[in-house]
Amino acid sequence: MAPWSYATPGAYAMAGPTNPVRMEQGRGIVDASGIYYRQLNEQLRQLVKHGIREIEIINCYGQRYLGTSIPGDYQLKVYGTPGNDLGFAMDGPTIEVFGNAQDGLGNTMNDGEIIVHGHAGDALAMSMRGGKLWVRDSVGYRCGIHMKEYGDKVPQVVIGGTCQDFFGEYMSGGTVILLGLGLAEGEKYKADFIGTGMHGGRIFVRGHVDPAQVGKEVGLTEPEPEEQEQIGAAVRRYAELFGGDAAEILKRPFVKLYPKSLRPYGRLYAY
Amino acid sequence: MSPMKTHTWPEFIVERNDDRCIRCQVCVNQCTFDVHSYDAGLDELFAVDMNCVGCQRCQVFCPTNALTIRTNPTQSRPNANWRLENLFDVKKQAESGGIVLTGMGNDKPFRIYWDHLVLNASQVTNPSIDPLREPMELRTYLGRKPDRVVFQRDGEGQGEGHGSPVVPIQNMTPLVAIETPLMFSAMSYGAISYNTQHALMRAAQAFGTMANTGEGGWPREFRQYKENVIVQVASGRFGVDLEYLNDARFVEIKVGQGAKPGIGGHLPGEKVTLDVSRTRMIPEGSDAISPAPHHDIYSIEDLGMLIHALKEATRYEKPVAVKIAAVHNVSAIASGIVRAGADIVVIDGLRGGTGAAPKVIRDNVGIPIELALAQVDQRLRKEGIRHQASLVVAGGFRSSGDVIKAIALGADAVYIGTAAFVAIGCTLCQKCYTGKCAWGITSNRPEVVKRLNPDHAAERLENLLRAWSREIKEMLGGMGINSVESLRGNRLHLRAVGLEQWEMDALGVKGAGL
Repeated sequence: MAPWSYATPGAYAMAGPTNPVRMEQGRGIVDASGIYYRQLNEQLRQLVKHGIREIEIINCYGQRYLGTSIPGDYQLKVYGTPGNDLGFAMDGPTIEVFGNAQDGLGNTMNDGEIIVHGHAGDALAMSMRGGKLWVRDSVGYRCGIHMKEYGDKVPQVVIGGTCQDFFGEYMSGGTVILLGLGLAEGEKYKADFIGTGMHGGRIFVRGHVDPAQVGKEVGLTEPEPEEQEQIGAAVRRYAELFGGDAAEILKRPFVKLYPKSLRPYGRLYAY
Repeated sequence: MSPMKTHTWPEFIVERNDDRCIRCQVCVNQCTFDVHSYDAGLDELFAVDMNCVGCQRCQVFCPTNALTIRTNPTQSRPNANWRLENLFDVKKQAESGGIVLTGMGNDKPFRIYWDHLVLNASQVTNPSIDPLREPMELRTYLGRKPDRVVFQRDGEGQGEGHGSPVVPIQNMTPLVAIETPLMFSAMSYGAISYNTQHALMRAAQAFGTMANTGEGGWPREFRQYKENVIVQVASGRFGVDLEYLNDARFVEIKVGQGAKPGIGGHLPGEKVTLDVSRTRMIPEGSDAISPAPHHDIYSIEDLGMLIHALKEATRYEKPVAVKIAAVHNVSAIASGIVRAGADIVVIDGLRGGTGAAPKVIRDNVGIPIELALAQVDQRLRKEGIRHQASLVVAGGFRSSGDVIKAIALGADAVYIGTAAFVAIGCTLCQKCYTGKCAWGITSNRPEVVKRLNPDHAAERLENLLRAWSREIKEMLGGMGINSVESLRGNRLHLRAVGLEQWEMDALGVKGAGL
């Protein structure tokens, strides 16, 4: 018998245990305790297929890939702690997490909205191409990495707290707004290499950013008036979602991080 | 600063036989490197040898065969250590300060093990089979095979029993059938031209095999070939969405490439035209950067996470492949990939092609595919997990002889890229990265792209697949085997000539005569 393998035991087992879905005033309520992610996602798919537009998952314990393979316009509320890659390649729904999100939130996401009432882990919004992410508290390393935009698809990420190193690395599009709530006036973010390799998009950081904290491809400036409006709208929505005083938050000025070139590596080669 | 005087000299000499030249100027129009020009006042043609890359486009299209393109016989002082190529690379770098780029596969004289392996044939006992008269099976199923298949009689337990059909009760894993063990390698739109990708997909459909989109997205118009298309998910995630994943027959995660193991890719902004930007879903003119690692993969467990994310995104209906470059310890890595849940492992060897790579990486990093393949197959067998994934190999396959030897060393199928290019005009001038390909294969300049007629190119590709498949059948028949499945990993049909003992051990083959 082969030693440990991801693949052999569970991954291809179609039928696994599931808990019955409870319906309450048109909302589908799924108890996720003891269920493998594959069964959970299949249950969600069936509910969406049957026209249920509001779904709640209770007792979520680390199930991955929620919302991944179920495009459409529906609301999903998750109570507990969803696992990695929440909303991978997601296309449409709105997910609200009452708890913390893990790594890979919104990975390669195409459309929809994810709201996290808590923290999120590493590599948030990796390669995200559309939709919106809202995180009440702080995020881990490499968030916003390689975000993209194309035409009218411009993803937006708003983070209430702080970030770790390599924030916005290789960013090629989209908008990231970092509020730094909880930092004192003039207090530095404990993050370096922000925007390393950046060649598109924009990052707005509330408070102080030292030029030594950003990648060499990144310029620092003040946001344009229309960008100030975008920031204002985002902050007001943040306050609506999570509470707080938008006007108070907006009192502290924002710094804009932008790519100095769309072609950071244009002169790297000999022809 | 004014441009620096170059210390290099022409690599090729353009010779024009004036007696034959009819001043038709085909050479002037065909050359994309600005070599030929015509002076109407003098009624004479001139050539700038310095610009010539030796692609032979003008020579092939000259209607009177007036042109000969020769390697420049000028030599530097003979030196066994410092070859002319070394001198030129140093000079170019002194003039630019840049990384020397190149295209296509490694051209250095590393040992080609295919040329040291010979095949068996039946004589007298176990007679050979004539493929012209008897059925020969080349169909290959790619994907994870179940550990065991459990059958029961239909209607069992309901008092019926005898006579009712026997059906498998286990859920089978998704498999993809190809009619020949040959597929077209991953080559991205942007790196290759629109018409090249079209021709590859059309030929794959006509022959019942697969073409791979590479990492540059998949133009909408080519979704009509979806039954014969593999999509790639690389670190740049260009063009990846649910529709892209679900339209494909299988999904390939690109971790590495044989021509440039360990590094990412930069499609320069000038190659990101409006159409390329639409397909990749990035702004026009911006660099398309594929970072070296996937930033969500730092371990086998992380790879498992991406594999299952893609399976979830495709509802477990499609196999997921993982492509890596052949490097040291490749067998341990492949074992990890299978255990992470991959259904197909793709290994790209030292001689694998590329549209653009730093020359120093292409020529110095990685190991030959023959050794990597043999080791991976043996390792997976020893661990009892060979059936859990198909093994596809790539990297400089020049003939059906190379392909059949790869199958005997354990491959399920082979990816061909360079051979496919040669079939549609490529002469391995190695200038793909300039975007000027005179054959219209790797350029996206509209006036050059249209040189490659997708109908004609698809016909040439289909012919190549047919010719190689016929040859494989002939060789199989000669060995007394009527199915490619029976040859897979059957090393007793191989013998080595002129190899060291360690090489034969690594390959798992005996010396000839033994």
